[in-house]
Amino acid sequence: MVENRPWADFTAHAILLIGVAVIAFPLYVTFVASTLAYDDVVTVPMRLTPGDQLVENYSQVLKAGSAKGSHAAVLPMLINSFFMAMGVAIGKIAISIISAFAIVYFRFPLRNFFFWMIFVTLMLPIEVRIIPTFKVAADLHLLDSYAGLILPLIASATATFLFRQFYLTVPDELAEAARIDGAGPIRFFWDVLLPLSKTNIAALFVILFILGWNQYLWPLLITSEESMYTVVIGIKRMIAGGDATSEWNLIMATAMLALLPPALVVVLMQKWFVKGLVETEK
Amino acid sequence: MEKRVVFSSPWLPYALVAPQIAVTVVFFFWPAAQAVYYAFLVQDPFGQSSEFVWFQNFSELLHSSNYLESFKVTALFSVLVAGTGISVSLLLAVMAERVVRGALVYKTLLIWPYAVAPAVAGILWAFLFAPSIGIVSYWLRLAGVDWNWHIKGDQAMLLVVVAATWKQISYNVLFFIAGLQSIPRSLLEAAAIDGATPFRRFWTIVFPLLSPTTFFLLVINIVYAFFDTFGVIDATTQGGPAGATQILVYKVYNDGVKAADLGGSAAQSVILMIIVISLTVVQFRFVEKKVQY
Repeated sequence: MVENRPWADFTAHAILLIGVAVIAFPLYVTFVASTLAYDDVVTVPMRLTPGDQLVENYSQVLKAGSAKGSHAAVLPMLINSFFMAMGVAIGKIAISIISAFAIVYFRFPLRNFFFWMIFVTLMLPIEVRIIPTFKVAADLHLLDSYAGLILPLIASATATFLFRQFYLTVPDELAEAARIDGAGPIRFFWDVLLPLSKTNIAALFVILFILGWNQYLWPLLITSEESMYTVVIGIKRMIAGGDATSEWNLIMATAMLALLPPALVVVLMQKWFVKGLVETEK
Repeated sequence: MEKRVVFSSPWLPYALVAPQIAVTVVFFFWPAAQAVYYAFLVQDPFGQSSEFVWFQNFSELLHSSNYLESFKVTALFSVLVAGTGISVSLLLAVMAERVVRGALVYKTLLIWPYAVAPAVAGILWAFLFAPSIGIVSYWLRLAGVDWNWHIKGDQAMLLVVVAATWKQISYNVLFFIAGLQSIPRSLLEAAAIDGATPFRRFWTIVFPLLSPTTFFLLVINIVYAFFDTFGVIDATTQGGPAGATQILVYKVYNDGVKAADLGGSAAQSVILMIIVISLTVVQFRFVEKKVQY
């Protein structure tokens, strides 16, 4: 809307700048702390200009972890986090894209029953049923394994719903034409539906990758060996205790490593991210 | 809504739903059923034998001052997180809608915290507010505030609320921006021509038309505060000091994993399930209503 109100515009910019600054402040301090030597971090007040220990701190945590807290190296944790995030994202998309296909494009006995079974899972976050789920995973020998990290988290209804909603908007003529041309359901799914779903898959992937990367409670319970830690768990184990006894410069370097991959995904794939976020919640 | 054109196959649809149904049954229905079952049992401390006790676990919970305290803490925490988060985000979203130049840059700079794990968000803020070495604690001391959240419950609450809200603002802002963009320009322009100030236009047009978005975000933020903030709490206060930040979901974990009180923890799980289900039902009824008008 064209309107000339210089003061209102000025106020808007001022409020936004303050908001952006407050939101970015923790990240900036984290970055600065990750470039300082231990003695500088525990000096009060901590300086707010970057130091010269960037390379030292980051290579220390990547290869050897912290000295006082957990000694686990962060590089393997990043790899674990990556596999877990990819596993959760791909697994969820794979199982839900086909189940949504069955529910929308077929009529079969128990269809509604299956639909409701999936639907109910929308309601219960894993936090609520955490202990029995842990027992099930233990009984299936899934502790300290990628399967154990990933499988329980791919039981969720959001992705199925997104695909169902999308399939319902696909014109019936496409399926009709495919049938007239003699294509079976699998051919139709592969050659018509899947290419049409590309943008939905991309949007969903971004959201699920972040979701998988940021998991905390489940990996905390199911991993006991250092080699299976994800980075979000690893960083917590670096905190040794009291304020001044933890090596905050190393913890903050790990925090940067833990938050950069998902933050980059959000910023670089912003279009998909916004689409995915707004659509999965509908 | 149903499809007019369908395929038929005696086995294919079952094969297609099988993977999701299998995962759902093994990791969802089975554990949820067990949670309900355990909620009616009392186990001896060594896990050797257990006894069916009907509603004893529940009645113990409802008479435990600890549990009721945790309920109050959760209520306060979620009201603070949802209230602060929604009002700050609404302000930022309205401002971001107003500016023409740099709108995309502002948006990008506002949404990235969504990517930060709750536990990591907790650690970032715990570092800023660390009583002895934190930079914000230092400023607070200069301002004459006696800051130590390790000892003071209300300060610990403030810390977890700030960390949890900070992470959720980006989500709220995105939904408010989407809501603002769906408000018809013509309404706002007509009001502007009639001489309504931006402030007046906000309260008489924008805010009422945004109410579906606001309500949706209220439910989402409460669910977030109830469950997704586990990481924030565990990475910072761990429920302390003296239970001042022990939200319900943290207590389920604490009693079940650390104190190994299986029955009590399962009963708490069941109560939480009932809370989530009612929140979801409220939201769905509302969504249906929204579709109708």
